[in-house]
Amino acid sequence: MAKAKEKSPEEMTYEQAFEELQQIVASLESGKMPLDEALKLFERGQTLSERCSALLEQAELRLRQLVPDEAGEYREEELDLEEE
Amino acid sequence: MKGVQLALDLWLRRLDLGRRRRRRQPLVELLDDALTTGFFLAKRIERVGGVGHADETLQDVWVTGEISNLSRPASGHVYFTLKDAEASLRCVMWREIASRQILPREGQSVEVHGRISLYEAGGQYQLYADTLRPTGEGELFQSFLRLKEKLEAEGLFDPAKKRPLPAWPARIGIVTSPAAAALRDVLHVLRRRFPLGEIILASTAVQGEEAPAGIVAALKALNRHARPDVILLVRGGGSLEDLAAFNDEDVARAISASIAPVVSGVGHETDFTIADFAADLRAPTPSAAAEIATPDRLELARSVTQARQAQQRAFGLMLQERRNELRTARAGLQAASPRAVLANARQRVDDFGLRARRAVETGLALRRASVRGLAQTLRAVGPAAVLARGYAVVQLQSTGAVIRSVRQVTPGDPLKVSVHDGAFDAVAGERSAE
Repeated sequence: MAKAKEKSPEEMTYEQAFEELQQIVASLESGKMPLDEALKLFERGQTLSERCSALLEQAELRLRQLVPDEAGEYREEELDLEEE
Repeated sequence: MKGVQLALDLWLRRLDLGRRRRRRQPLVELLDDALTTGFFLAKRIERVGGVGHADETLQDVWVTGEISNLSRPASGHVYFTLKDAEASLRCVMWREIASRQILPREGQSVEVHGRISLYEAGGQYQLYADTLRPTGEGELFQSFLRLKEKLEAEGLFDPAKKRPLPAWPARIGIVTSPAAAALRDVLHVLRRRFPLGEIILASTAVQGEEAPAGIVAALKALNRHARPDVILLVRGGGSLEDLAAFNDEDVARAISASIAPVVSGVGHETDFTIADFAADLRAPTPSAAAEIATPDRLELARSVTQARQAQQRAFGLMLQERRNELRTARAGLQAASPRAVLANARQRVDDFGLRARRAVETGLALRRASVRGLAQTLRAVGPAAVLARGYAVVQLQSTGAVIRSVRQVTPGDPLKVSVHDGAFDAVAGERSAE
C-alpha cells in the first residue's frame, strides 16, 4: 500500500492509476485489513479504474519533434502534420 | 550406355567449371546443355537408375532467369519456373527456406542458388533452391553480406545484447522522413492502439547520400535530448538501392549504441537490412514496428475491467467473510447474554427444586419408617403389654395414685387393681417390708 495513495486520481497518469489499482486488488485479495480500510481501498479502486477507462477513451496522441537549434543542439517542439 | 556417360560427364564438367569460377551460369547456357544432353539424359538416367542424385557436382549451382508460374500452395513451399528466351527449369523452394528468403515476384529477374536433381515423379530435373536474389543486386548483396559478417563477428547482432522493449512506452521516438508514408502508417497505428503515448519525431532523409548521416544524427539526438522509452526506425519499401542507408555500417553502429531500444521497420515483409539485424527487434513493416512497440488500447481496457472485477470480487469475498465472522460472533454473544444467563439460572433453580423435593421426600419416608419402628418398640414396652404378661397396676382409690411403695398404703385403704383386661376393687391388708 503505497504512500502515493494521497494523490488524486484526476492528477494521475494511466500507468500510475493502473499500478495502484493493481496494488489495491492485491491488498483486497489478501483480505488482511479492517473493514473500513477495505471499504476505502475499494472505493479508491473504483475511482482509479474509472480514471483508467476515461484516459483510455479520451487519450489523444501527442505529437512532438526534435528541431535543431542555433547552438547545434536540439529542442522539442509541437509537431503539426495536418498541413501535409 | 557409353555415349550417355560421356555426355553426362561433359555437362557436369561445364557445371563444375561455373561453380569453381563462382560465375553465374545463364539459364540458357545451362539449359542448352540440359536440352541437348541433360533433358534426354534425364530420361535415360531414369532408366539407368538415378545416377544424377548422388552426384556432388550438381549440389552447388547458380542459375539466372525470370520467374514464371509462381505458386505458393498452403504447404508453404514455393514453386516456380525459371525461364529465359529459350529454356525453362522447374524450381522448388521448401517452406523452411522460403520463410527466411526474399520471396520472388512473377516476372522478376533473379539469380537462384541450389542443387539440381531429378524429380522422379515428373521425370524431370528440378532446381531445389536455397537462395534467391534479384539479378544485378549481386554486388550490393555481396557487400551487404560482407558487412553483415563483419558486424556479426564484432558481436553487434548478439542476441544477448538485445534490449527488451518497455512494457509502457510513454515516449516513443520515431526516426524517419516526415514526408514518408511510413510515418503516416506508424501514427495511424499508434492513434488506434496507444494514444496515451507521446511521439517525438526526429526527421531525417531515409534515402540518398545524406541519409546514413541523417539517421545517425537523429538516433543520437533522440537519445540525448528526448530520452524516449523506445525508438522506431522506419521506412517504406523500396529497391535494395533505396534501402542502402539501412545497410550502412555507421547506421548499424548508431542503432547498437542507442540507449533506448530500437525497433526497425524497414521496407516490406521480405526485406532484411543490416539495420534490422542491429535493432533490438525487427518488425516486417513500419506499421508492424508501431504495433510491436506498444500495448493495445483494447487490451488495456480489458485489463482495467478485469482489475475492477477482481477488486469487486475480493471486496465481496471480504464482506462475506466478515459477515460469517459476525454471525459466529453473534452466536457467541447470544450464548453469553444476560437473558441466556437468566434462562440458565432458571433451569438451575428448577434443577435445585427438583433435587430439594426429592431430598425432602426421601427424608420424610425415612422418618415415617423410623416412627413406625418406635411405635412397635413403644407397644412392646408399654403398660398394656406388661399387664398382659401378668402384672397389675394398683392405685389408691382415694387419690388414684399408683402404688410403688408399701409406705403409700395403710391397712384398710380401698384400692383399685388393674389387670390387662379390666380392674377390680380390693382392700389393703397388713404391710410387710422386704
